[in-house]
Amino acid sequence: MNTKTAKRKNLSRLAIWTMAWTLSTALATFGSLFLWEGNKVLTALSILLNVGIGVGMVLANRQFLEDSDELEKKVQLEAMALTLGLTLIVGIAYSIMDSTNLIPWDAEISFLVIFMALFYMIALIFNRKRYL
Amino acid sequence: MKNRIRILRAEKKWTQEDLASAIGVSRQTINAIEKEKFDPSLPTAFRIANLFECTIEDIFEFGETET
Repeated sequence: MNTKTAKRKNLSRLAIWTMAWTLSTALATFGSLFLWEGNKVLTALSILLNVGIGVGMVLANRQFLEDSDELEKKVQLEAMALTLGLTLIVGIAYSIMDSTNLIPWDAEISFLVIFMALFYMIALIFNRKRYL
Repeated sequence: MKNRIRILRAEKKWTQEDLASAIGVSRQTINAIEKEKFDPSLPTAFRIANLFECTIEDIFEFGETET
């Protein structure tokens, strides 16, 4: 299998796992509210499913990185490093802002996830422009 | 790191895609190496040298770059 075909296959696999994880997150979040109304067994099962699919998504991402060529790995690694570092700094600062009541709302984890996703995309675009 | 890949490739009349396929990297990687934006790994440098039937030193010239 040539590198292009392998990359396309890995990307498709990663996209499927990511989509499945997103759907399972929605199921775990909204299922107990609208579908099974507080049934703890079903809630626990949906969370277990969510974690299981999440592990699959991480493994698919690892496979994608392993099969990427060296430049793609460098682009991804730098974007991940920047995202991880900045998320830690911003996350701690955001948490302090909440605990010191500098912000009137609660520091939700979802804001951090959105920040990570957006910054990772920006870092990828920047790195691609830099090297490609 | 300076290199002579573009010249050697032109002598053989290979496209970036041809060279990329032969050594198992993407065309973008070959482009980035030729433009000296990216230094290849040692195995890739050896593969390139083997393909052009010369030594690594014949192709690459060590020099600090920003990458």
